[in-house]
Amino acid sequence: MSEQNSVAFVATESIPPSPPPANQTGVVKWLRENLFSNWQSSLLTLVSLYLIYVILSTFLPWVLNGVWTTSSLTECREVLEGRFGACFSVLTERWNQLLFGFNYPSDQYWRPTLAFVFMLIAIAPVLFFDLPRKMLAFTVAYPFVAFWLIWGGTIMAPIVAFLGCAAAAFVFGAYGKNNFALGFIGAIVAAFAVWIIGTMLIPDGANEGAWLEHVPSRDLGGFMLNMMLGVTCVSLSIPLGIALALGRQSNMPLIKGMCVIFIEFVRGVPLITLLFVASVMLSYFFPPDANVDLFVRVVIMMTLFSAAYVAEVIRGGLAALPKGQYEAADSLGLDYPQAMRLIILPQALKISIPGIVNVAVGLFKDTTLVSVISLFDLVGMIRGPILGGSAEWNGVYWELWGFAALLFFVVCYGISQYSQWLERRLATDHH
Amino acid sequence: MSELAIEREIDRSKMQVSDEVAIQISGMNKWYGSFHVLRDINLTVNRGERIVIAGPSGSGKSTLIRCLNALEEHQQGQIIVDGTELTSDLKNIDKIRSEVGMCFQHFNLFPHLTILENCTLAPIWVRKVPKKEAEERAMHFLEKVKIPDQAHKYPGMLSGGQQQRVAIARSLCMMPRIMLFDEPTSALDPEMIKEVLDTMIELAEEGMTMLCVTHEMGFARQVANRVIFMADGQIVEQNEPEEFFNNPQSERTQQFLSQILGH
Repeated sequence: MSEQNSVAFVATESIPPSPPPANQTGVVKWLRENLFSNWQSSLLTLVSLYLIYVILSTFLPWVLNGVWTTSSLTECREVLEGRFGACFSVLTERWNQLLFGFNYPSDQYWRPTLAFVFMLIAIAPVLFFDLPRKMLAFTVAYPFVAFWLIWGGTIMAPIVAFLGCAAAAFVFGAYGKNNFALGFIGAIVAAFAVWIIGTMLIPDGANEGAWLEHVPSRDLGGFMLNMMLGVTCVSLSIPLGIALALGRQSNMPLIKGMCVIFIEFVRGVPLITLLFVASVMLSYFFPPDANVDLFVRVVIMMTLFSAAYVAEVIRGGLAALPKGQYEAADSLGLDYPQAMRLIILPQALKISIPGIVNVAVGLFKDTTLVSVISLFDLVGMIRGPILGGSAEWNGVYWELWGFAALLFFVVCYGISQYSQWLERRLATDHH
Repeated sequence: MSELAIEREIDRSKMQVSDEVAIQISGMNKWYGSFHVLRDINLTVNRGERIVIAGPSGSGKSTLIRCLNALEEHQQGQIIVDGTELTSDLKNIDKIRSEVGMCFQHFNLFPHLTILENCTLAPIWVRKVPKKEAEERAMHFLEKVKIPDQAHKYPGMLSGGQQQRVAIARSLCMMPRIMLFDEPTSALDPEMIKEVLDTMIELAEEGMTMLCVTHEMGFARQVANRVIFMADGQIVEQNEPEEFFNNPQSERTQQFLSQILGH
C-alpha cells in the first residue's frame, strides 16, 4: 500500500515507439468515413452522384457525337440527323483564325509558332532555377528574336532595340554601383539616344522586301494576341511593381509621393477605361508625328495597371518581414541595393507569390478586354468574324466559347500549378 | 534571473585591455519623438574591454548599443567607433557596420539561406572575398562555435542556441574589431544559454572588444572587466564587476541587484 501512495516514481525503462493501429486503411473504411458517415452525408453523397450523372449523361454524348469535319453549321445538322451532338467543325475549320487572327498572312503562321516554342525555352530558366544559368542568355535575346519573328520587317529594328538595351545595361553597370540615380538616369538616356539615332539610320521603306515579310500590329489576332499581351505585360509589370513597392517605402518624400499617387490612381480606374485611353487618347501625350503602335500603347496601359496591383501585393510581403531582417542586413554592412536584392526581396517575393500569381492570372484573362477596342484577340475573333461575320457558323456558341474557356483554363491552371510548386520548392522553414 | 554557473576555468590572462580607444561616446543624447531615451551618455571603451550593460527594461541599454552601429540615430553628441565618427554619411555608416559585429536577441538569421550562405554572404558582397575563401572562413568559424556539421541546413532546422551561435559566427566572418551583443540569451531555453555563453567567453579570451547587454550576471561577474548600470536613459553606475556586485553605490543599483539576485 505504501508504494501506491508514494509520489516518487522512476521510469525503469524507456517506452519504444510503436506503429499506429492497423485498421486505419482500406477502401471500405475510407468510403464509410468520408461518404457515408451518417444519414445526412449519405443523402448528400447520393444527391451528388445523381447530379454528376445528369451532367455527364448530357455532356458526354454531346462531345462524343461531335462532328469535326463539316464546313458549316447547316452541314453539321445534316450529318447529325437530329442527334444531340456538338459541331466542333468550327474549331477545325477556323483553327488558324482562332489562333492567329484573320489578317495574319497564312503562309507565315510558322513564325508565331516558332516564337511560341522559343518562348517556352526562354522562360524555362526563369521559372525553373535548377536549369543551367547559361540558358538565360537565350532569355535575354528572346524578346528581340520574338519581335522580329512576329512582326517581321527589317532586321535592323530588333538590332537597334537590342543595342539600346545593351547600352543602358552598360551605362548602369559602369555608374550604377557608385551612384544609383546617376546610373539609372544615364541608362535611360543612353537607351533613348541609341534608339533615336538607330531609328534615323534605318532607311524608309526598309520593311519592303525584307527577309521576313512585315506584319503590322493591326493584323495580329487570335489567342496569339492574348499570349503576347499576357506574357509581355506580366513580365514587365513584375519588375515595375517591385520598383513601385520599394519606392512606396522610400524615405524620400518625392519618390514615395509619386509612387503612392501612381498606385492609388491606377488602382482606382477600371482597366477598360485605361484601354480606351490607350486606343483613343494616348496619342495626345506623344509628339504629334510619333505614331506609337497600338500594341505598344495597350502594353503600356496593361503593364501600368497590373504593376500597381503587383506593387501592393509586394508591399504586403515587405510588411510581413520582421524588422530584424532589415537590421541584420544593415548590421553586416550591406548597402541598400544589396540588402534588398539578397535579403529582403527574396523573402518578400516568396511571401507574395500567391498574390503575384493571382494578379498574373487576372491580367492574362483581362487581355480579352482588348476586344472592346476592336483588336481581334480570341474573344474578338469569336464575337466578330466567326460568330457575327459569317453565315456558316452563326449559332455555334457552346463549342466556340467552350474552346476559349478551355484555352484560358489550361494556361491559368498551369500558372497556378507552377506557383504551388514554387512555394513548396522555396519553403525552407520546415523540412 | 538565475545566476548561471560557468563551470570551466576562465583564462583571464589573455584578456588584456590596451590603451587604444575603440569607442568614444561623448555627450550623446537621443529622443524618440519627445521621449528622452538616452541622456548625456559619456563612455570610453578601450580595445579588449568586455563591458556588460545591465539595467531594468526600458532603461535604454539596447538603444545605446544600437546607436553604436547606427541602427538607431542619435540626435546630439559624438560617437567615434574605431576612429570613424558616426554621422549621417552613409559611407561612414557602412564602414563602421562592416567593422562592428552584432548579435540580436532573436538571432535574425536569414531564413532563406543555408547556414553557410548566411556566413558567407556579407564577406562576399561587402568585403569582396572570393567565394571559396569566404566558405573556408565560414567553416572555420562554424567549427569554432561547434556546429560545422549543420552548415548546409537552413536556420529553421536548428535549435535556438545553435541559431545564436551561427549568428555569432556570421558576425565573426566579417572579422569585426568590436562585437555588440543585444540580449543574446534572453530568447533561449536555460539549457541553451550555456552553449551561447561559452562561445562568448571564448571570444573574450581571444581579446575581442565586447559590449553585451545581458541579464546573465554570472557572465558579467566572470568575464566582464566593467559593468555599466543604466536606468531611465542614463548611466547610473559603472564599476569593476567585483565592486559592482558586492558594493553597489547608488540606491537604484542596489534595488536592481536585490531584485535580480534576490532568489
